[in-house]
Amino acid sequence: MSADAATHDDHTPSLWDWRRWVLSTNHKDIGTMYLVFAIFAGIIGGGLSGLIRWELMEPGLQVFTGEDTGWGAIFGNAHNYNVVTTMHALIMIFFMVMPAMIGGFGNWFVPLMIGAPDMAFPRMNNISFWLLPASFALALMSMFVPGAGADLGFGGGWVLYPPLSTSGHNGPAMDLLILSLHIAGVSSILGAINFITTIFNMRAPGMTIHKMPLFVWSVLVTVFLLLLSLPVLAGALTMLLTDRNFGTAFFAPEGGGDPVMYQHLFWFFGHPEVYILILPGFGIVSHVVSTFSRKPIFGYLGMAYAMVAIGFIGFIVWAHHMYTVGMPVDLKAYFVAATMVIAVPTGIKIFSWIATMWGGSIEFRTPMMWAIGFIFLFTVGGVTGVVLANAGVDQSLHDTYYVVAHFHYVLSLGAVFAIFAGWYYWFEKIFGVKYNSFLARAQFFFFFIGANVIFFPQHFLGLNGMPRRYVDYPDAFEFWNAVSSWGYVIMLVGMVLFFAVLIDAMIRRRKADANPWGEGATTLEWTLSSPPPFHQFSELPKIK
Amino acid sequence: MAGHAAKHDYHLVDPSPWPFVGSVGAFLLAIGAVGNMAGLVGPDHPIAFMYGEGSWGGLALGFLIVIWTMIGWWGDMIKESKRGDHTAVVDIGMRYGMILFIASEVMFFVAWFWAFFEYAIFHDVRIDPALATWPPAGVETFDPWHLPLMNTLILLLSGTTVTWAHHALQHDDRKGAIIGLIFTVVLGLAFTSLQVIEYSHAEFAFSMADGGNLYGSTFFMATGFHGAHVVIGTIFLAVCLFRLLAGQMSAKKHFGLEAAAWYWHFVDVVWLFLFAFVYVVYQG
Repeated sequence: MSADAATHDDHTPSLWDWRRWVLSTNHKDIGTMYLVFAIFAGIIGGGLSGLIRWELMEPGLQVFTGEDTGWGAIFGNAHNYNVVTTMHALIMIFFMVMPAMIGGFGNWFVPLMIGAPDMAFPRMNNISFWLLPASFALALMSMFVPGAGADLGFGGGWVLYPPLSTSGHNGPAMDLLILSLHIAGVSSILGAINFITTIFNMRAPGMTIHKMPLFVWSVLVTVFLLLLSLPVLAGALTMLLTDRNFGTAFFAPEGGGDPVMYQHLFWFFGHPEVYILILPGFGIVSHVVSTFSRKPIFGYLGMAYAMVAIGFIGFIVWAHHMYTVGMPVDLKAYFVAATMVIAVPTGIKIFSWIATMWGGSIEFRTPMMWAIGFIFLFTVGGVTGVVLANAGVDQSLHDTYYVVAHFHYVLSLGAVFAIFAGWYYWFEKIFGVKYNSFLARAQFFFFFIGANVIFFPQHFLGLNGMPRRYVDYPDAFEFWNAVSSWGYVIMLVGMVLFFAVLIDAMIRRRKADANPWGEGATTLEWTLSSPPPFHQFSELPKIK
Repeated sequence: MAGHAAKHDYHLVDPSPWPFVGSVGAFLLAIGAVGNMAGLVGPDHPIAFMYGEGSWGGLALGFLIVIWTMIGWWGDMIKESKRGDHTAVVDIGMRYGMILFIASEVMFFVAWFWAFFEYAIFHDVRIDPALATWPPAGVETFDPWHLPLMNTLILLLSGTTVTWAHHALQHDDRKGAIIGLIFTVVLGLAFTSLQVIEYSHAEFAFSMADGGNLYGSTFFMATGFHGAHVVIGTIFLAVCLFRLLAGQMSAKKHFGLEAAAWYWHFVDVVWLFLFAFVYVVYQG
């Protein structure tokens, strides 16, 4: 094998060698590509949300006036506003949060934390990544081809409910979006197979399943959810595709079909999906809180099995997204009860994080600030989740801005804060250079204030009955909408600071330490140099 | 064992073009499919033969690149297996991988069974009286004890012949293994042929354009996806047969055949569920 040995050399190939990236079979390089991709998609997804806040800044039409600006879907009519909300959601979910957490941090740190030299299937790992740009390109294309009549793009919401996604959008935009999600699904399923195999088969000697770092546990649960829920979405999407193009009647009442059937299939995937978005964040926050409290995480096993419980229950609560479709009261009662049960393992996690900090020697380093921000904001989102779990209350709050506020508290302020906690926790490990923590903390404060100013008023708007997915609103909602839009501007400053941190770090190139965090950082990645060698653990570490 | 200095048995794979090529193929396949179904360009556009409505050019291009990727990728895996990269621990990893892939396939079929059961069980809530019965008025379902029973027996028999081939190979009986696999592939082809014949005798339509309704949708999509899996499984087994003939499998090392056999049993079990519920219990 000496002929191939050169490619396995510990010598790191040049950053500017395209083959290093395009042909990669290295989990760290692939992880980096995922992170770059997530940043790129985040700019587009975040830009779209800027259009939403711009439009909603005042009553009446600001951006989506229907005048032909030559920008197609970006500045079109009210339909294009719906396209923008739809694409904002899909991009943030499938092309920003998932690639960052599972693809980026998962790829980087699952092998490092379990003491493995790489993923189980390094080549398949790379197709999981490269399918994403293909999928993203299809999704972006869909915005610029006919969707409904002459209107461009699909504007039916990220849930793709029929009949809007079947007879309601007869153009190719919806077909592109369906195939985009098919390809993203293939990417995630292959990634899930890879992670499960890696975690089960490649733990270093002595690393029993009950000694695995919590981030590895969180990814393990997450990818099981992906493996089991995404194929059901693939089935539902295929039914949409055949209903649209081949005359099947799955969701067409005139042939005996039922649009509500789609909602069941979709949410059987969709509910596990929202846990897919947050669970890796739980793992990241556990590490950060433990590191900067200089204590092992409180209740390690309880934390691990709480995630398992959340993952399991996540499969049996899906219809709480559908309380208003006219299901029987008994069925609603079941879904209310099952949904509320999720608050128990989630509470275990929140209280265990607090208990970890309790009596610890806490250092407010940059990642810790993001992690504490996460715990606070995720708890707010979790509490409004318990409110929405009540079918009776949800009857009036369904599809209002209260729901929008709720899921942005758990995702935009929960998952995204966890991503930034992980970003600043592992930045030096990944890039091998230090960052300016003053700028990074400034970003935190702009994000924390900005995100709360955006989303907290949306609770009031929702309680007052403002519906989501609508381009205009009555004058009564003007004040809180304006506040919300100004919050976006604050958050935008934070985003600029994020890039300032990145550029500053890349220009100054201050060599990072192997372990910048001291004795609180106990997992295996801190035993390696920053950045780690191209192939680590040529001799497997032994875990006591 | 790969890597010159590594003191472990994991397989650090060489850089490979196939993931990127395969992704380009998937992208082209997708836009080719959309072009064919909905038309990405008008009929007079210079590339209408690729991406116009009803065109096959874009689809064919994407399909060829995907097939090329499969041949190249799995060809590389065979080379790596030959040079000893697939150690015991790598072999276990591939077993995990195949089991998990089949688990995801099971969940794919859950979607189709879910649709079928909802319509079969809760038919009485349909508003149109013609659709409020099961099967819907005018639908004449297949007699399960005719071709479907025959197909059940064929698949069950093929399950035994693939086990025969596997056991023969484990006992270094290459001839037995080859004969067992030939039987399995032939039985797979027989199943597909009978399914085609059965489809041609259907007394209900697939498309609403031909007067069809949800019965045809659920029946043809569920059995059709199963049929597609039978075809894939047959190709998988045929590849194993050729690899066996080429001397690439031994009594000790033949995971390809085992994976094909697992896949085949999975396809078999899906059929048993289809036969039990779609053909027998809910025949109407």
